[in-house]
Amino acid sequence: MKSRKLKALMPTGRHAVIGVPFLWLFLFFMLPFFIVLKISFAEADVAIPPYTEIYSFVEQKLQVILNLGNYVMLSEDELYISAYLGSLKMAFISTVLCLVIGFPMAYGIARANKDTQTVLLLLIMMPTWTAILIRVYAWMGILSNNGLLNAFLLHIGVISEPLQILNTNLAVYIGVVYSYLPFMVLPLFANLVKHDLSLLEAGSDLGSTNFNNFWKITVPLAKNGIIAGCMLVFIPVVGEFVIPELLGGPETLMIGKVLWQEFFNNRDWPVASALAVVMLAILIVPIILFNRSQAKELEGKA
Amino acid sequence: MKRFSFSNVMLVLGLLFIYMPMVILVIYSFNASKLVTVWGGWSVKWYVGLLDNTQLMNSVGRSLEIAFYTAISAVILGTLAAFVLTRITRFKGRTLFGGLVTAPLVMPEVITGLSLLLLFVAMAQMIGWPQERGILTIWIAHTTFCASYVAVVVSARLRELDMSIEEAAMDLGAKPWKVFMLITIPMIAPSLAAGGMMSFALSLDDLVLASFVSGPGSTTLPMEVFSAVRLGVKPEINAVASLILLVVSIFTFLVWFFSRKAEKRRLKAIQQAMDETTGAANLAGPDSRRDPSQQHAPA
Repeated sequence: MKSRKLKALMPTGRHAVIGVPFLWLFLFFMLPFFIVLKISFAEADVAIPPYTEIYSFVEQKLQVILNLGNYVMLSEDELYISAYLGSLKMAFISTVLCLVIGFPMAYGIARANKDTQTVLLLLIMMPTWTAILIRVYAWMGILSNNGLLNAFLLHIGVISEPLQILNTNLAVYIGVVYSYLPFMVLPLFANLVKHDLSLLEAGSDLGSTNFNNFWKITVPLAKNGIIAGCMLVFIPVVGEFVIPELLGGPETLMIGKVLWQEFFNNRDWPVASALAVVMLAILIVPIILFNRSQAKELEGKA
Repeated sequence: MKRFSFSNVMLVLGLLFIYMPMVILVIYSFNASKLVTVWGGWSVKWYVGLLDNTQLMNSVGRSLEIAFYTAISAVILGTLAAFVLTRITRFKGRTLFGGLVTAPLVMPEVITGLSLLLLFVAMAQMIGWPQERGILTIWIAHTTFCASYVAVVVSARLRELDMSIEEAAMDLGAKPWKVFMLITIPMIAPSLAAGGMMSFALSLDDLVLASFVSGPGSTTLPMEVFSAVRLGVKPEINAVASLILLVVSIFTFLVWFFSRKAEKRRLKAIQQAMDETTGAANLAGPDSRRDPSQQHAPA
């Protein structure tokens, strides 16, 4: 009823209201992917811009040359395959760690009283606005061989010589979990806070244990929040560049870093594009999952 | 009961984990010693030294400029998108639209950055624009991903808004855009402010997108910091990083503080209006729209 009334009045500006954001996002978000796809079929060239045109129109003949060499190279080169696998493994383990640490945190906030809750939320939210660069940099000083952590461990006598933590995969895990934890906690909280506690009471009254309550009631109800949180961590981590670059070492192979090197160091735009296309192909299912859970949230049902 | 305390312990540990490194960073930025790991007493010399670093100062100015423009444009674009998502329930391509709005939230930055750069290069070849990459192209990149954050924040607010107020205004003959400007916008103002400040902070922080789409001579602050950080921990960088932390924290706190205050005022105004309408039924006169404190009267 109310939406009909609104809609009847809408059509005048309606197209503009939909059109402006739609056009912007289409032009600057969606269209670029097709260009990446196109250039992934080109060849690197010493020119400006540094790639060959994939089609030419000479003497009434339209020639389209699709160079599959980049993709063949990706599938044959050990380096790229292990970089993809490394990224996926890193993202998966970090997501599980964030979930294990973040779920109890979100639960604690959701059950806190109103005033404490706003303060706690502020504390969780603050870091998400702060440069990932700076938070990762803070860990460089802590984890390095003569850093604070090693100094502390040496001081209390747990170890007799400094541990090599910085520039290892362990440091990358610490950095990733550290940086992405708030992105797990926030959607989980938004979901957990809406739960009807009487369900848990009913469960307890009927003789269910706390653990059983949690597993059979809280977790299924929190499904959308868990999906959103996991995707908010998993997808960006697969393409993460800053953390492996600053905290990782030679053993840290991640695709975001490889793409960056291909682009900035080797100036091979077509290979970088092919890397991006394959990365996107891997991530398309998680992204759709995320969009679905977001759409459900956006439509306003709990 | 046992799980309750377990989650609280995790919460405290988690917050410690999140804040300890930043606190340590700030403390060490006041370290007098040139060796970053040895404590040599308190000093502010690294902060003073920053002022003489013109290259760094230039990049700070540039980053602030971009962040300012981004905040404005992202709020406009994001609010429009949020309005479409919450109020226009059915139109062709709605699913695609929803996807386009939420996907930038999770899209790895290296992909977005690379694709935008290739777009700009292709456009420069085809239509001769943009001639050179710099502040303008960084602004476009930042607006695109910040608008998504604004859309999420604003649509959450729009959804819980009482639509009857907007309907009442339309019943009284107000045009849709007038309803939007005079009623919807004031009611969602706190979330607009929050979205704007969020965009400002996000734009100020971004390294990856800016690295891809910037051109020669348009280095932003994060790019400057990154190239220094790559070479290791340095006391000057500790000082810069602490300053950024300080600015962002103040920002976040202000957003939180003002949106809370506005929320309280709003609830109070609604309560007041309810009380008054029960007393004087004729309050929703033609002048009530001009007086913001009476906006809720028609409800």
